[in-house]
Amino acid sequence: MAAQIVENEEPQLPQILIHRLPSFDLPFKAQLVTRFRLIDPYASSDPTAFFSSPQAQSVRVLLPVGPSPVTADTLRCLPSLQCVIGSSAGVDHIDLAECRRRGIAVTNAGSAFSEDVADYAVGLLIDVLRRLSAADRYVRSGSWPVKGEYPLGSKLGGKRVGIVGLGSIGYEIAKRLEAFGCSIAYNSRKKKPSVLFPFHENVCSLAANSDVLIICCALTNETHHLINKDVMTALGKEGVIINIGRGALINEKEMVQFLVQGEIKGAGLDVFENEPNVPKELFELDNVVLSPHRAVLTPESFTTLYEVVMANLDAFFSNKPLVSPVDLE
Amino acid sequence: MEAIGVLMACPMSAYLEQELEKRFKLYKFWNFPQKNDFLKDHSHSIRAIVGNASAGADAEMIDALPKLEIVSSYSVGLDKIDLVKCKEKGIRVTNTPDVLTDDVADLAIGLALATLRKICACDRYVRSGAWRKGDFKLTTKFSGKSVGIIGLGRIGSAIAKRAEAFGCPISYYTRTERPDVKYKYYPNVLELASNCQVLIVACPLTPETRHIINREVIDALGPKGVLINVGRGPHVDEPELVSALVEGPAGWGWARCV
Repeated sequence: MAAQIVENEEPQLPQILIHRLPSFDLPFKAQLVTRFRLIDPYASSDPTAFFSSPQAQSVRVLLPVGPSPVTADTLRCLPSLQCVIGSSAGVDHIDLAECRRRGIAVTNAGSAFSEDVADYAVGLLIDVLRRLSAADRYVRSGSWPVKGEYPLGSKLGGKRVGIVGLGSIGYEIAKRLEAFGCSIAYNSRKKKPSVLFPFHENVCSLAANSDVLIICCALTNETHHLINKDVMTALGKEGVIINIGRGALINEKEMVQFLVQGEIKGAGLDVFENEPNVPKELFELDNVVLSPHRAVLTPESFTTLYEVVMANLDAFFSNKPLVSPVDLE
Repeated sequence: MEAIGVLMACPMSAYLEQELEKRFKLYKFWNFPQKNDFLKDHSHSIRAIVGNASAGADAEMIDALPKLEIVSSYSVGLDKIDLVKCKEKGIRVTNTPDVLTDDVADLAIGLALATLRKICACDRYVRSGAWRKGDFKLTTKFSGKSVGIIGLGRIGSAIAKRAEAFGCPISYYTRTERPDVKYKYYPNVLELASNCQVLIVACPLTPETRHIINREVIDALGPKGVLINVGRGPHVDEPELVSALVEGPAGWGWARCV
C-alpha cells in the first residue's frame, strides 16, 4: 500500500477513509487534514489494494465525496465501519439497506444545500413561465430587431404550486414562492402537523390541484418514477414541472412525450435519468429549460457543507449525537 | 354627434384596438406613412392619444393636435410623453399602475437568479452537447446577497418583498428618504452601488434619471456586482456598461429586460 495515500501521518488524530470516483476531488481536504488522518486510496494507482489491507479492518468512518457510490461490496471490506458521512444532498448512492443491516449510521448534508437548491428551483420556474432562456436565445440570435416582439409568457403570481417532498429544500422553495403570491400545497410521506399548507395524500391529487409541480423529494425504491403519465395527465395541459431532485423521480420517456405533444405546458429540469445524456427531443423545445445538475453548486454551499461535515465528524468522534443523521427505518 | 377621434400611436394590442373601435373613431398612426399630412387633416377631431412604452406623444405631436384632451398610456412608464407640455396645455395623462407590478418584480428576481446562477448559460451548455464532455462551472449564491434598489415605488417595493424571502438585506435610493420604510437608505446611487452586490433599477425614466447608471456607478458596484435593469434602456450608459462587461474580469453579470 502506497504511503502517499495517507495524508497527515499524525497517529493520534482520528482516521477517515475518503471514498471517491477518480474524477471527484474532496473540496475541503486542506481543512480536514489539519484535524484528521485522511486515507485516500484513490490517490494511488491501485485503490482496491487498500480494501484488502489490514488497515481497512480498522476504519470506522467513511467519507464518500459527492455522489460517489457506496455499495454493499465496499461496505463489506470495512468490518469496523460505524459511520458514513455523506457529502451530497441526496443519499440514493449509498446502500442504506446494507447500512441498516450492519448498524452503520449515515449522515447527509443536512440543510447545507437547501437555500441554493431552492433559489435554483425558483429561477428555473420563472425561466419556464417567463421564457427567459428562450428569449435570451432570441436576442442573441439577432431575431429581436428582425422578427419583433417576443411572445408573452405567463404570470407567476397566483399559480398553485404543488411541492412533492416538503423537506428542508421544499420548505425553502415554499417560503420564497409565497412572496411571489403563489399558493402552496404539498405531498410528503407523512403529513407535517406544524405546517399550514394543505396536504395531499398522493401525488395525483396534488397534481390535479396544482399549476406547477416541484419535485424535491429523495429518490428511493418507493419514489422511483413517482411522476408518471397519470400524474402528468392530472397536472394537465397548463401544468409545469420543475425537477431539482433526481432524474429517476420522473418517468422521463413519458415526460418527453407529454412535452412534445403539448400535454403539459413546460418543464425546468436540472436532473435526468441518465446524466449527462439528455433526451434530444427536448433540445427542440422552447418551453423547456435544461440545466446540467447544478442546483447545489455554489462556493457558498460548499462552505456550509464543510461545516455540516465537520460537525458530524466532531460529534461522531466525541460520542455525541450526529448532527444530520439519515433515518434508516 | 361627431365620433371622438382617438389616435393609437403604435400597435400594442388587438383587443384594445377592437374595444376602442367599438366606442370611438380609431386612427392607427402606423397606417399613415405621411404623418404630418395625417395630423393636419385630422387635427380637428383627435381628442385622445393612446400610447405605450414604445410610442407616446412628444411636443410636436401635441402641438399638432389642438383638440387633444387626454393621453392614455397602455403602460406604467410615461417617458415617451412630454409631460411638461401636457401640463402646460391642461391635457390629462393616465397610465396603468399596479397591473404590471407583480410581473415586473417577478422578472427582476428571475433575471437576478438567471444571472448569478447562470441559468441561461446552463441551458445553452446542455443544448450545445457540452455537458457530455464536462461539468459546468460553479456559480454564485443569490440568497443572502445584499440588494440595492433604485426607486422604491410599487415595482421597487414588490421587488424588495420578494428579495426579502431569499434573506437578502435590502437598501435603496430614492429622491427623498422614506420614513415609513424599514430598508437602509442611501442618499445617492454611488453610495448605494458601493454597498450592495445586486443593483436593481426600478425608477421612472426622466431627464434626471437618464444614464443614472454611468461608469462611476458601474465601477462602484465592482467586478463581483450584478446589475438588473427593469426600468428603461436609457437608464444605463450602455456603451460604458458593455465595455465594463467585455473588459472586466469574469464574474460580471448583467441582465436587462428593456
